[in-house]
This record gives sequence, structure tokens and C-alpha cells, in this order.
Amino acid sequence: MSQLDELYREVILDHYRNPRKRGTLNGAHVHAEGNNPSCGDEFSIDVAIEDGKITDAAMQGQGCSISQASGSMMMDAIIGKSLAEVSDLTTKFKTMMTIEEGENPVDPDRPGSVLGDLEALQGVRKFPVRIKCADLAWATLSDALEQAEKAS
Amino acid sequence: MTDLRSLRSDFPILSRSINGHPLVYLDSAATTQKPVAVLDAMEAYYRTSNANVHRGAHTLAAEATELYEGARSKVARFIGADPAQTVFTRGTTTAINHIAYGWGLDRLKQGDRILVTIAEHHANIVPWQIIARHTGAELVYLELTDDYTVDIGELESVIDDRIKIVSFSGMSNVTGALGPIDVLSQAARSVDALVVLDAAQLVPHQPVDVNQIDVDFLAFSSHKMLGPTGIGAMWGKPERLEEMEPTEGGGEMINIVERHTSTWAPVPHKFEAGTPPIAEAVGFGAAVDYLDAIGMDVIAAHERDLTTYALEKLSEIPDLRVYGPKDATKRGGAVSFELADIHAHDIATILDQDGIAVRAGHHCARPLMKYLGVPATARASFYLYNVPEEVDALAEGLLKARQIFGLS
Ligand SMILES: Cc1ncc(COP(=O)(O)O)c(C=O)c1O
Repeated sequence: MSQLDELYREVILDHYRNPRKRGTLNGAHVHAEGNNPSCGDEFSIDVAIEDGKITDAAMQGQGCSISQASGSMMMDAIIGKSLAEVSDLTTKFKTMMTIEEGENPVDPDRPGSVLGDLEALQGVRKFPVRIKCADLAWATLSDALEQAEKAS
Repeated sequence: MTDLRSLRSDFPILSRSINGHPLVYLDSAATTQKPVAVLDAMEAYYRTSNANVHRGAHTLAAEATELYEGARSKVARFIGADPAQTVFTRGTTTAINHIAYGWGLDRLKQGDRILVTIAEHHANIVPWQIIARHTGAELVYLELTDDYTVDIGELESVIDDRIKIVSFSGMSNVTGALGPIDVLSQAARSVDALVVLDAAQLVPHQPVDVNQIDVDFLAFSSHKMLGPTGIGAMWGKPERLEEMEPTEGGGEMINIVERHTSTWAPVPHKFEAGTPPIAEAVGFGAAVDYLDAIGMDVIAAHERDLTTYALEKLSEIPDLRVYGPKDATKRGGAVSFELADIHAHDIATILDQDGIAVRAGHHCARPLMKYLGVPATARASFYLYNVPEEVDALAEGLLKARQIFGLS
């Protein structure tokens, strides 16, 4: 597969074109916004938390396929998970997205077994300037969870 | 098409390959590549004449001063100006800040208005926002017509005694549209407003003579016209420069310094506090020599032909929308576009894999992006060293982007 095909896997384009959970939440939730001023990508998230668990979430934003697909995949990955699980997921995702080789938690023999669809974003590692696009949703999620923690 | 192809060998970087492909550099609106003549002039200065300017009586100091002031004369002549009214600045941004602070801060007051256009670069918006906040003045915008040129039809309702400054670009770095210089300066004169021309994209690409236009200040950057970064110029009418306050104090810009007060050196030195970028000035001078030798009218014609060709090629690509005038006589060679639902960053990444450098994003013109209703555009921009084959490469790259995004 060429580097470009690896970057723009079908599942990424699918999430880009059909983002999951786009919108806002009505009930009690925390809200956070993030952007990359250099490129203009924007992302905002609503997260509803009950008993240490993310019961629902919704996203809004505009930007490149990588930033928006990463957000959409994140929605799929975090809803219904405990905060501890989400924290673990975030760490694994960040590690997957660092450029240093050898730290990737993903098991190449069992694709999807560690981070599910999110593993499709590995191709971004070959494009260092785009890593911040993939990170945006996750940084915004972290902001939201920090807020929730402070409020509790 | 005017063939400037042989000039390409003057630009060492153009023989680079990027990701296994020959570099196709289509980002000259952001910054231009440098010819050997500029690189050599700067190196020669450091190797043989390096010293501080305007101080010291030794030979090198005299040589450096001569080179620095010589560069000023070249840059001034390039725009038909007097060197005594040509101030070296860090670039266009710094020049506009000088004007906003040095001229605007003391003169504007509550109820006054600064008129700009929605197509301005942040460099011609943010300094005015700051001055407006300090003085209570208000920033007002002219909008655009359907062909992305400034809507001068609005002028009548906007121009009144409240307008004290009219500041606009001679050529948009996003749409490529030429600014209606004469119409706006006349309108400004009718209410005695100051006229500031952001010529960052104009001076590099078209012949400009300050005697042929009626503006008070004009600003441009060396790095957008084959010269080094870190230097640019602010030209001003003599009486404006006289009445304007310096915004930076320090060495070089003073006449006499007492314990509590100082007097200023004459213009242009009044605005050049501290040790200036001397090698950069020398490089800037070499750049205008290079452009002069080719001729700005030749360069403008070449870019017009190339832009016409590019607009034609781009119009053949399905779902591609150009944000800028379709008429090549109303515009320069910065071509912004959107392709189907493919975000500009994705376009830039895909093109880069084939060695094609374009810009993606808001191009430091976020109010314009909002106005156009797009989050970002991709932009290809041309200069004297670009050739039609590079336009072909761009078109092919864009078709490839469509394929990768599953659009046939
Ligand atoms: C129209 C316009 N104005 C101002 C600027 C700012 O120039 P500089 O960054 O060299 O100060 C630019 C450069 O991007 C520009 O295109």
C-alpha cells in the first residue's frame, strides 16, 4: 500500500463523510472546544458522565479528513466506557501516534485488536505535520474530562 | 507565453526533489525562492564587508554603511521613490504596525473609523483592531462583489467624515484580486483620510510607481520578491513620515539623547531603531536588481499567461471551485480553490507526495474565509520561475486526490 493509501484508508474516509454522533447533547454534560490555529481545524465535544462512565457524547467541528475522522472514531470508542478505560485508551492512542518507532501498542498480527477502527490512523505517523490533526479530538476530550473532574 | 524558463537554473532549490519527484513550487505568495545572485550578495557581504552601519570610522563600517544605504536606494528606485522616504522594516507586518501605532494612536479618537476590506491579510486587520481598542475608533469593512473584487458600490454609503484611515491590499493573497487603488484613494481623499496600501503581493508581481498612485504609505516584504526574510520596506509621503512618531526607541534612531528626553534622527532612520538587518538589506537590493533586469512588465505578463492557463486547467477538474476573479486582467497569480469535499489539508498532503507545494488553510485571512463560508482553501501561486508543465502537474495531482477520496 502506498503511504497515501495508508493515510486515507477507507474507514477514515467513511468516518469523515459519515461522522458518528455529530451534534450536541441536551441533558447534563460537559463541553470543551479545541482548535489548531495554524491550520484552522476546529472540534468541540459534549460528554455526559454518570457513575464514572461516559454514557453519551456528541461532536461538532470542521477540518481535514484526519481531524474529523479521528473525532468520529473516538466517539465510537469512548461511549459506554468507564473513565479508567477511556484514560487507558487515550494513552494507547497517543502512544500509537508518536513518531518514535517501537512504542506502538498496536499488534500488527491482529489488526484492530487493541484500538479497533482507530488503528487505521496509524498511517498518519508517516506524515508528522498531520499528527496534530489526529490529536485534536483527543486533546479536546481530555479538556472535557478535566472539567468534569474539577466539577465533581 | 513569455518564456522565462532559462531563469530556473538561477534558483538552486528548484533542482531539489521532494518525495522522489522534482519540486513543483506553487507557494510563492507565502514566500519566494531565492536566486544565486541574492545568496551570493549576502554571503559576499559577510565574507568581505561585515561591520555595523552608521557607526565607527573604520573602512569596513564605511563599506557596510554604503552597502546598506545602497540597498535602500535600489529598493526605493524599484518603486519610483526617494530613498529618504523609504524605511527598512522587518516586513509588511511591521510596516503596518508602525503606521497604526506611529500615526494612528495619537490621531484617532472615539467615533473615528478605519476602513479596510474583508479580503485583508491579518497583517492589515489586527494592528488596526489594536489601535481601535486603544483609541475607541471603529474598524469597518468593505465587502466583495460576485467576482471577488472589492465592492466599490458600497463606498458611497460608507465614506463620510468619520473615516480617518483607509487601508487595503493591492492584491489579495487569497483571491488574487487586484485592489481598486485609484477608486479607494479618491474616496479617502474626499474625506481627507490617510491611505495605506498593503503591497505585499503587489510590488513583487506588477510594476508599481508611487508617483502614479495616490497613497500615503505603502508596505511590502523582501521575502515575497526573491529576497531574504527579516526585511521589507515602508514608503511614505514625506510629510506623513515627518509627522509620524517612531514606535521603537534605541540606537540609530536618535539625534541627541539627554537624561530624560531625546530628539529623533531624520527620516528614514527615525524608524530604524537598533542594528538593522544589514545582510538582508543587501540581499533585498540584489533581489530588486534581479527583478529589474528581467523587467516587472515582463514578469507580470508571464504570470498573467500562466494564471490564465491555470484557471483553464482547473476549470476542467470536476467539482473544483476557484475563489477569485475569472478575468486574468483583474487578478494576480494566487489561485485559491476548493475541490469537492476534500479538505485543503488533505489536498496539500496528497500533492506534496508528488513534490507539489501548495498552501492550505485560512492564509492569514480568517475574516475572509468566514465571509466566503469556507473553513479553508488550497492555494497555488505563481512567480516568474513557474512553467506551464507545473500547472499540468497540479491538475494531475488534483485528479489523483479525487481518486484517493473515491471520486472518479
Ligand atoms: C497581502 C499580504 N499582506 C501582508 C502580509 C504579511 O507579510 P509579512 O509576513 O512578510 O510581514 C502578507 C504575507 O503573507 C500578505 O500576503
